[in-house]
Amino acid sequence: MATAALTAERENYLNKEYGIRSWLLTTDHKRIALLYLASITFFFFIGGFFALLIRLELLTPAGDLVQADTYNKLFSMHGQVMIFFFLIPSIPAVLGNFLVPLMIGAKDLAFPRINLLSWYLYMIAGTIYLHCIVTGGVDTGWTFYTPFSTAFSNTKVIEAGIAIFIAGFSSILTGLNFVVTIHRMRAPGMTWSRLPLFIWAHYATSIIQLLGTPVLAITLLLVVFERAFNLGIFDPTRGGDPLLFQHLFWFYSHPAVYIMILPAMAVESEVVACFTRKRIFGYNFVAMSSIAIAVFGFLVWAHHMFVAGISLYSALVFSILSYLVAVPSAIKVFNWTATMYKGSISFTTPMLYAFGFIGLFTMGGLTGLFLACLGVDVHVHDTYFVIAHFHYIMVGGAVMGYLGGLHFWWPKISGRMYPEGWGRLAALLVFAGFNLTFFPQFLLGYMGMPRRYWQYPPEFQVLNVLSTAGSTILAIGYVLPMVYFLWSMRYGKIAEDNPWGAAGLEWKTSSPPPTFNFDEEPEVTWEAYNYEEIPAPAEVNVER
Amino acid sequence: MAMSEHIMSSKFYYAIWIALLCLTVITAAVSFVDLGPFNAVVALVIATVKALLVVLFFMHVKYSSEKLTKIVIVSAIFWLFLLLALSMADYGTRLLS
Amino acid sequence: MLSDSPVAVEQHGPELLHHFVDAEQQRDAATLGMWLFLATEIMFFGGMFCAYLIYRYWYYNEFAAGSRSLDIYLGTINTAVLICSSLTVALGVRAAQMGKRKLLVILLLLTIVFGFAFLGIKGVEWYDKYKEHHIPGPSFNVDDLVRDYPQIHIDPRHEQIYFSLYFAMTGLHALHMIIGVGLFVFLTYYAWKGRYTPKYYTPVEMGGLYWHFVDIVWIYLFPLLYLIDRHR
Repeated sequence: MATAALTAERENYLNKEYGIRSWLLTTDHKRIALLYLASITFFFFIGGFFALLIRLELLTPAGDLVQADTYNKLFSMHGQVMIFFFLIPSIPAVLGNFLVPLMIGAKDLAFPRINLLSWYLYMIAGTIYLHCIVTGGVDTGWTFYTPFSTAFSNTKVIEAGIAIFIAGFSSILTGLNFVVTIHRMRAPGMTWSRLPLFIWAHYATSIIQLLGTPVLAITLLLVVFERAFNLGIFDPTRGGDPLLFQHLFWFYSHPAVYIMILPAMAVESEVVACFTRKRIFGYNFVAMSSIAIAVFGFLVWAHHMFVAGISLYSALVFSILSYLVAVPSAIKVFNWTATMYKGSISFTTPMLYAFGFIGLFTMGGLTGLFLACLGVDVHVHDTYFVIAHFHYIMVGGAVMGYLGGLHFWWPKISGRMYPEGWGRLAALLVFAGFNLTFFPQFLLGYMGMPRRYWQYPPEFQVLNVLSTAGSTILAIGYVLPMVYFLWSMRYGKIAEDNPWGAAGLEWKTSSPPPTFNFDEEPEVTWEAYNYEEIPAPAEVNVER
Repeated sequence: MAMSEHIMSSKFYYAIWIALLCLTVITAAVSFVDLGPFNAVVALVIATVKALLVVLFFMHVKYSSEKLTKIVIVSAIFWLFLLLALSMADYGTRLLS
Repeated sequence: MLSDSPVAVEQHGPELLHHFVDAEQQRDAATLGMWLFLATEIMFFGGMFCAYLIYRYWYYNEFAAGSRSLDIYLGTINTAVLICSSLTVALGVRAAQMGKRKLLVILLLLTIVFGFAFLGIKGVEWYDKYKEHHIPGPSFNVDDLVRDYPQIHIDPRHEQIYFSLYFAMTGLHALHMIIGVGLFVFLTYYAWKGRYTPKYYTPVEMGGLYWHFVDIVWIYLFPLLYLIDRHR
């Protein structure tokens, strides 16, 4: 029971009903968001545990902690858990589920029962994958490349494939729910041009989920069939083409990275606007760039296959397209930066994450252009350069966006403030730990250290040791929020409706909101980010 | 915003049905005629006409005032086309390298 | 709260879910949701069409031989069966729109019958493939095709790719048909119970959209699998 304020606590979605049935059978998007929060946090730590073992092994050049085959399993499962069971759902399933109806003035998502089904599909998928882990795991690399995965690997490829197949449907249903909700359930006056950019970005993400995930699904199904029935669709000794697998796989898996980053960009827009107390500069450009990223993201997949054997002419086409896809992302970075110019900036925890995001995402994105260049890619493909590149975006970008968003909306979600001092400390630890972990990896890759290798030449050891040291700092930075968020649910300062003085419909209802979100259906007559009309809080409302 | 309040006559449905059956017979029959590379083209064109009849009339898209439905259908087909076209860009040019 | 007020309760029946403002919003949401789902299905089948396209490009002779080994009469009849089922579905939605309960139930039942007919014929075709040893696996043997077409070179390993795709594509399609039949069993039951009226027949409409989509997939599968190089 909450040790709440002296007066009787208002009814909200958390205290409306108690008991496990009211959580496991809920159709309230806010409760489902919390169900997801718990499960993806669990998988984050599983994936993190694999990462820890990888970094421990790489402390020394020799392969001395685990065997080579085990190491293959470690990096494969680290990737699959982090991508399919943490990153892809993270912001959409937690923050998106919670906020999309609130931000548009609706009572719930369009299909609340399908929302719950989404979570159950995710849990079933996660359980199957956990079983796969404890009964032997997968060693194919997160990418399941054929013919190793179909004909040679002795690990639980079928089980992992089925688990991810089911997780894919969870993702598709979430995307479907968001698109229908945004089209059909906006409150009166909430026109498309008044939508928060968070909604635009989640809309774009949902389009990718809808159009891309089914192709992954069919591809995994074909791999499962091939392995189970000894077919030869991808078997080169029987005329099959391993590259066909790669084309089908990357058709989804490249847009998948945009599924992972667009929601973080969504958070970035909201946080930057609030803590510079200004409308996002170039609203239309930022909104349209989300859509552009979703569309262009589907045109570049073969840049993962430059050295795999595709034709040089198609490689040229994909290289050019890969340069183009950077443009809309850059537009967003310029616009967020322009927003900060002459803004009234507060360095709260969410804003610290937002600053980290801009810098690290930019570095990750620019190094992507290195990779898009055919000649450079020949040199750095399958090296630590690639690993550093995508971790800058997915960890320095997406995870920081997720953490920043969790902190920003925590008062709304829980009705409590997190401790600001600890929040800032954790943010700084994450930033420092992250850079120490991954910057050396750019250097390692450029100098030639291959990825997925469990031993390496001795001259690479210093940088590897630095990287492992960084990963321990990063780990502390991740554990801290878990601890203080839990602490705050009982002992945190009670939050007001709008502790940050932020714009957006979600801040016009109580913290936490009532089950049906608003006491009366809102009618919107103002533009998005109307900060000139909203007074800043007397001091930025924090718990010291 | 409703999908279609327009109730079509059953005669019209029967007409579409007959058309679909005829096109089926035609496509099967034409396959026995040697048109060289155009056999595939003709077969796909007939299939597309049949699909259009089903989408526009049986699925009521022709009489729907909802533009979004048409955008969704066109987008999905276009996306599939992207997958096919860009993949074939690789396979079609491999021997040229 | 808005939805609890007595005025609101009078105005709608039990089918209106409380998070929707009115019945029209609910119906529009369901329709958009179903079309988006069908879009995902286009991409789902599309992945296999991509594999089919590439291997037909590479192994045309094997694809032609495999195609000719299919029974074109059964395939054509099955196509006709599905077209008939689409007619009964469309007429069924119309019956629901007009409030004709008995007619709706009959048409839904007919649709199920056609569905079973399709699956039955498919079963026969698959059994034929089993007898001819054309199912990929340990007993796969295409010596009969190699023998029948001496003038073109047929590589049994490539032939196996055609049949793998044949079974994967028709199998996935059949699975969707089975799901469709199951869906229609539910619809028939509720229709018989009188749940669908001219004011509320959305589930029938949505079920119809799904069924028509599965029909369209077959409309493409038929020429692609059965009609390659038949004129030889």
